[in-house]
Amino acid sequence: MERKPPPFPDSEEQEAHSEKAEEESGDDDDDDDDDGGEDIFTGNGARTAPLVLNAQDLFSEEGSYPGVQEPSVDNQHASNGLRSDDDEQDLFAEARVELSLDRSSTKGIREVTRSSPSAPDISYKSSTSKMSFEKPEEEESNDKFELNIAVTHPEKVGDGMNAYMVYKVSTQTTLPMFKSRAFSVRRRFSDFLGLFEKLSEKHAQNGYIVPLPPEKSVVGMTKVKVGKEDTSSTEFVEKRRAALERYLHRVVSHQNLLQDPDVREFLEKDELPRAVSTQTLSGAGFLKMINKASDAVNKMTIKMNESDNWFEEKLQEVENEEQQLRKLHAVVDALVNHRKDLCGNTAVFAKSMAMLGNSEDNTALSRALSQLAEVEDKMEQLHQEQASNDFFIFAELLADYVRLLGGVRNCFDQRIKTWQRWQDAQSTLQKKREVEAKLLWANKPDKLQQAKDEITEWEAKVTQYERDFERICATVRKEVLRFEKEKSNDFKVHIIKYLESLLVSQQRLIKYWEAFLPEAKAIS
Amino acid sequence: MPTISQEYKTALRSVSVDLNNDVSLLIDIPDALCERDKVKFTVHTKTTLSVFQKPEFSVPRQHEDFIWLHDTLVETEEYAGLIIPPAPPKPDFESPREKMHKLGEGEATMTKEEYTKMKQELEAEYLAVFKKTVQVHEVFLQRLSSHPVLSKDRNFQIFLEYDQDLSVRRKMPRRCLVVSSRTWLKSADEVLISGVKEVDDFFEQEKTFLLDYSTKIKDSTTKAERMTRAHKNVADDYIHVAAILNSISAEENTALKKHLDKFSDMFEKLRKVEGRVASDQELKLTELLRYYTRDIQAAKDLLYRRARALDKARLKSKDVAQAEDNQRQCMQKFEKLSESGKKELTSFKGRRVVAFRKNLVEMAELEIKHAKNSVSLLQGCIETLKNC
Repeated sequence: MERKPPPFPDSEEQEAHSEKAEEESGDDDDDDDDDGGEDIFTGNGARTAPLVLNAQDLFSEEGSYPGVQEPSVDNQHASNGLRSDDDEQDLFAEARVELSLDRSSTKGIREVTRSSPSAPDISYKSSTSKMSFEKPEEEESNDKFELNIAVTHPEKVGDGMNAYMVYKVSTQTTLPMFKSRAFSVRRRFSDFLGLFEKLSEKHAQNGYIVPLPPEKSVVGMTKVKVGKEDTSSTEFVEKRRAALERYLHRVVSHQNLLQDPDVREFLEKDELPRAVSTQTLSGAGFLKMINKASDAVNKMTIKMNESDNWFEEKLQEVENEEQQLRKLHAVVDALVNHRKDLCGNTAVFAKSMAMLGNSEDNTALSRALSQLAEVEDKMEQLHQEQASNDFFIFAELLADYVRLLGGVRNCFDQRIKTWQRWQDAQSTLQKKREVEAKLLWANKPDKLQQAKDEITEWEAKVTQYERDFERICATVRKEVLRFEKEKSNDFKVHIIKYLESLLVSQQRLIKYWEAFLPEAKAIS
Repeated sequence: MPTISQEYKTALRSVSVDLNNDVSLLIDIPDALCERDKVKFTVHTKTTLSVFQKPEFSVPRQHEDFIWLHDTLVETEEYAGLIIPPAPPKPDFESPREKMHKLGEGEATMTKEEYTKMKQELEAEYLAVFKKTVQVHEVFLQRLSSHPVLSKDRNFQIFLEYDQDLSVRRKMPRRCLVVSSRTWLKSADEVLISGVKEVDDFFEQEKTFLLDYSTKIKDSTTKAERMTRAHKNVADDYIHVAAILNSISAEENTALKKHLDKFSDMFEKLRKVEGRVASDQELKLTELLRYYTRDIQAAKDLLYRRARALDKARLKSKDVAQAEDNQRQCMQKFEKLSESGKKELTSFKGRRVVAFRKNLVEMAELEIKHAKNSVSLLQGCIETLKNC
C-alpha cells in the first residue's frame, strides 16, 4: 500500500488504528526497540513511514512517493562548487588558529552566547569539516551510503503544565560514522531546538544555510499539556511530529551538517543534556533575529562595492520568492479551512438527508434518499482526507520554505558582516600605521615596539578576514545552488504527490456516484 | 443588462417535469431584464383558446404581479380544495452583489488576472441567480396553465393578457392585510390541524406525513445551501492558488518553472470543474429541495383549509334550523374539498417522486461526468510532469 500522508486523526484508515491505539495507551513504551524500527521502515501504517532521504540525489526517483526506499547519502562533496580540495584544506589549516583568536571580536548576530569555551569547538569543527573533505578522496570509488530517519510515537510525559511530548527518533544507516546500523532515541521538542541552536551558531556564520526547526506554540502545547484529548491537540501533535521529521531530513541531507558531531550525538546518544537556552530561541526567534540583523546590515554606513552582481541579484530573488511563498501559503491555508468547512457541512447535510429519507413515504424514493445520505457521508470522508493532503503535502511545504528562505537571507547577511569585519580591520590597521608614524616622529622607542607589534597583529587579521570573506563568498554560492537544487526537487515531488492525491480522491468520487446511480434510477 | 436565451432555459428545466405540453395554452418567459433591483419578465403566451383576444401575445410583468396572482388564487374559496402552486420567491441578488462589493475592495491585493477571473466567476454567479429566478417564475405559470381548474381562472387570464400595468389592479393595502393575517392564520392552523380529529384515514396519513416531511425538507434545504456554498468557496480558492503560482513561476527560471506552470494551469482547469460541480449540485439538489419545501407548504395549506372547513362544519349554533342548514352547507363544502384535495395530494405525490428521480439521476450523472473530467485532466498533468 502506498504511503499516504498522515491523516487527521478523525479519519484514520484502518491500518493506522492499531498504531494509534498503541500510542494513545501511553504506556511506558519502547525506548529503543529495533523491532519498532522495522515497523517504521517497512512503511506500513500511514503515520510512521519515513521520508526517503538522500543528500545528493534528493528525490531523484521518478517522482512517485515511495513507501520504502534505500536511498544513499553521498558523501562526496557538491560538484557544483567552485572549490578545489587543496585550497579548502589549506584554508582550514590556518583557520584553526586564527578563528580561535578572533572569536571575541566577531560581530556576530549571536545574542545567545555559549558559556562553554568556544575555541575548542571551533577547532573541533574545523577538524570535522576537514574530515568531510578528506573523505571524498577515500570515496572516489562512489560508495553509496544509506540513511533513513523517522520521527514517530509521540508520547506525553508527565502531567499538567510541566508535561511535555517525547518523540522517538529512529535511524537506520550504513554510514560508518555511527556506532550501529539501527538505533533510536527519545527526544523532546527543546532537544530539536537545541540542535538547531548549536548548528546555527557554528555554521550560519560561515554562510551555510542551516535548516530551521518548526515553530514553538504556546497554545498548541498548552492544550496537549492540559490533557485535552480532542482533535485539535492530536492534529497539533501530528503536525509537529511531521515537521520535526522533515527538519531532521533537511539537516542530514546537508553534508556539512551531517558531519557535525552534534548531529550524530542527537541521533545516537541516549541522554542529551537539557537545552536550557532554547527557552528563548526557536525558529521564529531565529527568524526575528535574522530580520533584526538584516536591518542592521541595511543601516551599515559603508555600502559594499559589489564587483559581481550575482549576490545582489540572488538576494533580491530570494526576498521576492519569500514574499510570494508567504502569499501562497496564506491562500492554501484558506483552502484547507474551506475544505474543512465543506467537510463539516457535508456531514450535517448527510444526516439531514438520512432523516428526510426516513420520513419519505414512497419506498423507492426513501431508499434512494438514504443511499444519497450514505454517499454524502463518504464524500465527507473524502473532503476530510483531501483537506489533510492540502495541509501536509502543500501547505506545510510552503511553510517550510518560507522559513528556509529566511535562513538563506541570513547567510547573505553573514557574508556582508564578514566583509564588514574585513573592512573594519583594514581601517584599524590604517590607524595603527598612523600611530606608528606619529611615534616615529615623536621618537618614543618603547611605545614604538608596541605599535609595530600591533601592526603585525592587524596585518595578520586583515589577511585572515580577507580569506574569510573569500571563503564565505564561495560557500554562499555553493549553498545557494545546493539549496535551489534541493528546493526544485522538493517542489517537484510534492507537486506530483499532491496532484496524485487529488486524482485518487476524484476516482473514489466516481465510484461512489456510480454506485448510487442505479439506486436513483430505481425510483418509481 | 443580462437577458437569457431559450437554450439556457431548456437546460434549466430541472425541478419540475415538463409542464408546457398542452398546445391549447403554452406559456414561457423568453426574456427578462434586470434593472437594479427590479426584474422585468416578458410573459409570452401562445393559445388556441377563444377566451383570449389573440392567439399569441406577450406582456411585461414584475415579481409583485406574480405574488398578486398567487394570493388572489389562494383567497378564492372555490379553489380551497386545490393545491395552489407555491409563489415564486423574490429575486435575490444579495449574495453575488455582496461578493462583488468585497471583490472591489480587495482588488488592490490581487493580480490583474486573478481579479478578472474572480469577476468572471461572480458574473457567472449573478447570471445563475438570474436564470434561476426566471425559471422559478416560469414554472409557477406553467403549473397553473397545466391545471384543469386553475388554468381557467379569470385573474390568471388577466395576468397573461392585460397589456397595461397590473399594479392598478393589485390594490396594495389589501395585500398587506392578507399577508399579515395569513401569518397569524398559519400558527392557528398548526394548532388546528394537530388538534382536529381526523375522520378519514387518507387525510390522517397525509397530515402526519406532510407535517413531518415539511420540517425535514426545510432542514435539508438549509444544509444543502451551506454545503454548496462551501463548495463554491473551495473552487474560488483554486483561482487564487493558480494566480499566485503563476506569478511565482514567472520569476522562476530553473527546471521548476515548467512544473509550476503546469501546476498553476491544473488549478485553473480544476477550479472550472469544481465550480461547475458546485453549481450543478445547487441546481439539481438544493434547488429541488427548495422547490419542494415550498410545494409541501402549499399542500399543507390545502390541509389547513380543509381543517378549517371541517371545523366550521362542526360548529354548533344556537338557532337550530339555521345551524342545521349551515351545517349541511359546510359539510357539503367540506366533502367537495376533501374529494378534490385527495386527488390533488395523490397527484402531488406522484409529481414529487418523478421530480426527485429526475434530479437525483441527473445530479449523479453530472458528478460522474465532472469527476471523470478531473481525472483525465489530472492524469494528463501528472504524466507530463513525471516526464518533465
